[in-house]
Amino acid sequence: MTAPSTPPTPGAASSDRSALVVEGLDVAAGRLGLVHDVTFRLDRGDRVGLIGESGSGKSLTALAIMGLLPDGLSAAGTVHVPTAGAAHDTDVVTARESVVADLRGRVMSMVFQEPMTALNPLMRVGRQVAEVMEVHDLASRGEAKRRSVELLAQVQLRDPGGVARRYPHQLSGGQRQRVMLAIALANDPDVLVCDEPTTALDVTVQAQMLDLIVAGAAERDAALLFITHDLAVVATVCERVMVMYGGHIVETGPTERVFRSPRHPYTRGLVRASDLGPVGSPDGSSDHRPLPTIPGSVPAAGEFPSGCVFRSRCERADQACHVQPPWDGQPDDGWACVHPYDPSVTEGGDHGD
Amino acid sequence: MATEDHVAAAGHGASSPGPSTRPGAGGPIIEVTDLVRSFRQPRTSLLSSPGAVHALQGVTLEVRRGQRFGIVGESGSGKSTLLRLIGALDRPTSGSIRFEGREVTGRSERHLKFLRDDMQFVFQDPMGSLDPRMRVRDIVVEPLVALGRGDNRARLEELLDAVGLPATAADRYPHQFSGGQRQRIAIARALSTRPAVLLADEPVSALDVSVRAQILNLLAGLVRDFDLTMVFVSHDLSVVQRVCDFVAVMQDGRIVEQGATEQVTTNPRHPYTRQLLGAVPSMQAALAGQTAADLAASAATADTDR
Repeated sequence: MTAPSTPPTPGAASSDRSALVVEGLDVAAGRLGLVHDVTFRLDRGDRVGLIGESGSGKSLTALAIMGLLPDGLSAAGTVHVPTAGAAHDTDVVTARESVVADLRGRVMSMVFQEPMTALNPLMRVGRQVAEVMEVHDLASRGEAKRRSVELLAQVQLRDPGGVARRYPHQLSGGQRQRVMLAIALANDPDVLVCDEPTTALDVTVQAQMLDLIVAGAAERDAALLFITHDLAVVATVCERVMVMYGGHIVETGPTERVFRSPRHPYTRGLVRASDLGPVGSPDGSSDHRPLPTIPGSVPAAGEFPSGCVFRSRCERADQACHVQPPWDGQPDDGWACVHPYDPSVTEGGDHGD
Repeated sequence: MATEDHVAAAGHGASSPGPSTRPGAGGPIIEVTDLVRSFRQPRTSLLSSPGAVHALQGVTLEVRRGQRFGIVGESGSGKSTLLRLIGALDRPTSGSIRFEGREVTGRSERHLKFLRDDMQFVFQDPMGSLDPRMRVRDIVVEPLVALGRGDNRARLEELLDAVGLPATAADRYPHQFSGGQRQRIAIARALSTRPAVLLADEPVSALDVSVRAQILNLLAGLVRDFDLTMVFVSHDLSVVQRVCDFVAVMQDGRIVEQGATEQVTTNPRHPYTRQLLGAVPSMQAALAGQTAADLAASAATADTDR
């Protein structure tokens, strides 16, 4: 492959605002490629969404960034966290575990989908919040304990002192996820990665949690990488999105541009299929036309076609799609497709009225 | 690899656009009156008696023939308990459930055959509800075998076709299918007895967005073509709004509001309904400028504006 299929890194001389620089990231299980050539950059204060269906590689991308890939998976490419300072400007992919462990929980932290498996069931939650400060020597034991209650209050847990003395199983799902966020924010990270943080929560709890995540990142001027399959959530939280399919970023751009006039057929299909009509307006309920769908289903890993990964489900696919499509447009506003949709056709007029 | 396609559109002429032309819903088919279901909690003390969880605290509703009846609520609201009771998978603490005018509660399993014929379930997790050691051909017609019906070969083909699976699917096992295809298998099984009522418990919650649309289309097409009544439980108001013409909103074991979907979603009366509606993120609203803080605010306060 000669033509780059993912966006080149914008402005190689990174600004001092840049918080996370990912270049040519690959994740593979042996010879089976799972994530291919992922390249993007986040500045401080950015809120960027990584969206895709199950099996698209979005969670693996996050784990690779955090240096948390499970055994049997290997990463290639580079992941830099420039704000860690020159001494720490190491490549997460190649650095020793002790070096990455020093970054993790301090410079970059992560909120997982399932707090029950991410929290230690045998430790009071206050202790778990304090621990992340102690292991990085950022607070004495007493100070960490006091800070942990403060942090639990910041994520709007009622009676933070009481919650601190509880065990994870004594908390509700929403409370546990708040604790996870308190742990992630404890050391004022520069990069906050959230992997489906609200998928298991009720909608009313989700709304509060999203608010806390956005506010928590904003207070710290942290870059937020928000992973989800829910387009409405990502539109609410993020100003920029990256769309992943089959381990490739197939389109990226400002949220409004990507959702209003998607260029890649996969993005377009995803937007149309997920739009059930606005809740609370007459359009949704009285409209019983069939929903637009993407034919077929996401192939299993290793069963994606060569060339464009989406061509087996794409109505526009032809011979030209048998080779990997080059990146088109700008690095931070572009797509990898040789038959993109016309930007003058916007989604808004398509349905719902 | 079998492809999932717009089955509802291709197989059942659902491509005809325009508003639904279904005749107005008929008479009552399911009548639930003052339904209460309490679960005893495990004993934690020798001295005090164990507490109870009141999952349903006096639910009354009426599902009319041909209706697509949605039950929406958050976790712990009692929506799944209610559906299990309607399908006689569980017994109420008190109250009554009538199906086509016949009392369901208090009957022994032997006397529920009329119900088993006419009411079938589709669950959230197709992998959990399909026996991994059975071939699709046996899974799909199992209800018929259980009811003592004879040769089902022709029926099997019919059912697979109706849900958009190729005939070759019959010889394979559930794990060989994708999530969406498994849900099709579960739906085929549910249709095998030619039920009048389909009880669907979060049938699309475990599915990817692109597959969710396929299954929602499939269900809508089947309900129309086979004149089904559907009771559809979901935590997702936008899905219920899309699928159902009538909706009951549950909170803490009670129905706090019910009515025509359009009525409930455009003019919610109960504060909780407003809160729920306010909490649902929407792409349009977000693109129009709604932030996470706005969403949290409208989820927290049931403002009277909307």
